[in-house]
Amino acid sequence: MIEIHNISKSFGDQTVLREVSAKFLPGKVNFIIGRSGSGKSVLTKCTVGLLEPDQGHVSYDGRNFTELDRRGRKAVRQEIGMLFQGSALFDSMTVAENVMFPLRMFSESSDAEMRDRVTFCLERVELGHAADKFPSELSGGMQKRVGIARAIAMNPKYLFCDEPNSGLDPQTAIVIDNLIGDLTREFNMTTVVVSHDMNSVMEASDFIHFVHQGQIAWNGPTSELLAADNEALNGFIFASKIMRELRNSLS
Amino acid sequence: MGLFFHIGRYASFIRSVMRRPEKGSVFRRLLLEEMNAIGLQSLGIVALLSVFMGAVICIQTAHQIGGWIPVYTIGFTVRQTMILEFSPTLIPVILAGKVGSNIASQLGTMRVTEQIDALEIMGVNSAGYLVLPKMIAALTTIPFLVILSMVLGIGAGMWVGVSTGVSSAADFEYGMQIDFNAFDVTYAILKTCVFALIISSVSAYHGYFTSGGALEVGRSSTKAVVYAVVIVMVANLLLTQMLLG
Repeated sequence: MIEIHNISKSFGDQTVLREVSAKFLPGKVNFIIGRSGSGKSVLTKCTVGLLEPDQGHVSYDGRNFTELDRRGRKAVRQEIGMLFQGSALFDSMTVAENVMFPLRMFSESSDAEMRDRVTFCLERVELGHAADKFPSELSGGMQKRVGIARAIAMNPKYLFCDEPNSGLDPQTAIVIDNLIGDLTREFNMTTVVVSHDMNSVMEASDFIHFVHQGQIAWNGPTSELLAADNEALNGFIFASKIMRELRNSLS
Repeated sequence: MGLFFHIGRYASFIRSVMRRPEKGSVFRRLLLEEMNAIGLQSLGIVALLSVFMGAVICIQTAHQIGGWIPVYTIGFTVRQTMILEFSPTLIPVILAGKVGSNIASQLGTMRVTEQIDALEIMGVNSAGYLVLPKMIAALTTIPFLVILSMVLGIGAGMWVGVSTGVSSAADFEYGMQIDFNAFDVTYAILKTCVFALIISSVSAYHGYFTSGGALEVGRSSTKAVVYAVVIVMVANLLLTQMLLG
């Protein structure tokens, strides 16, 4: 389980996070949702250590990540896989080399074992045929899937996905959502997804944290989302006509 | 305040760069790639510039000297100019433009496309992984380029001097050998090594800390070249005073 304890973060005079606490459940797809600029990306970056919180700490299965030294953090990070908004694939490497990269850096496996693992990961995201292509030769959806394959290459305990559906058409977005959900259950990972896409939330989430003005304004299981009694959350969820119609039909 | 901020961040950056690489085999492969990119791929421009500069220095010197200055001065001047200043200072300045902008734009693009964040998340020391091979490649290849530049420049000066009739081969050779001090070459190589580290690390620093988008990558690339050239010039003055003054 990933636990966030009273994290605050400011940039100059602007306070982005105010004493945020949250728990991300293992084996579940935990969503962080909120409007643009609400602080959800900063919260994620503080959680994975790309930003240092001004106060508070993050723990991974009881290990205080914020207080760990460089080596300790490195050990935790090798248990983390992350899918970035823009996929962040290394453009000088082929798809197979991208997926093999973390294995080459940290695994003690033989070349044959690493190749087998790469083949497995690429086939798991249905991209076995694209192993020798470069990222620039792939569509946005395919790049996201390669990003997922690279993220699961080291068999991580924790998977972070930053806006996994941004820039994708609705059908491809559903493929990515389902893939994230399936992999979370298959490998029993603690998955954290940052998104503001309500289709994605309804499709893939198990548990939701709603960030509003730098604080967790609501959290709970997805099944309770539509009945939540929170003005800011309702404003966010029912901003689209489709969601309003869904609410009306349910009521 | 900004200056101290950059000095502190640069020092911290260099400390990260100097950490032991995660995997020796990966580091060696990257080092060879960088030696090719920084050294081999700069051979052409270095050779071309050196040949033309050596030839021009020869013609200009011949033009300057009057009847009472001995002709062997042409060979002497070409040698001294190439060894003391043109090859060890101007070649690194040119490489600051070619190699420095390349390093800064490569790292800047990796930063804004989150590739550096991806390395960090995996537990890779991104500064060390990306920058140390570049610094060592620059340190090992640029001095060779500078030695090659000296040889080609002096050779081209002699060829032009003889072929245009401003000097005989014997006069030029005599000028090349007269008052030769081997420490001049040592001084040249020493400052080249310092310049190689400045060019690679300052460019990498600007690229690594790029924030924003494509526009900022371009700005970082420009800043990398400007700062590298200015720092090379200041270091040139200090080193010259320390070693020759």
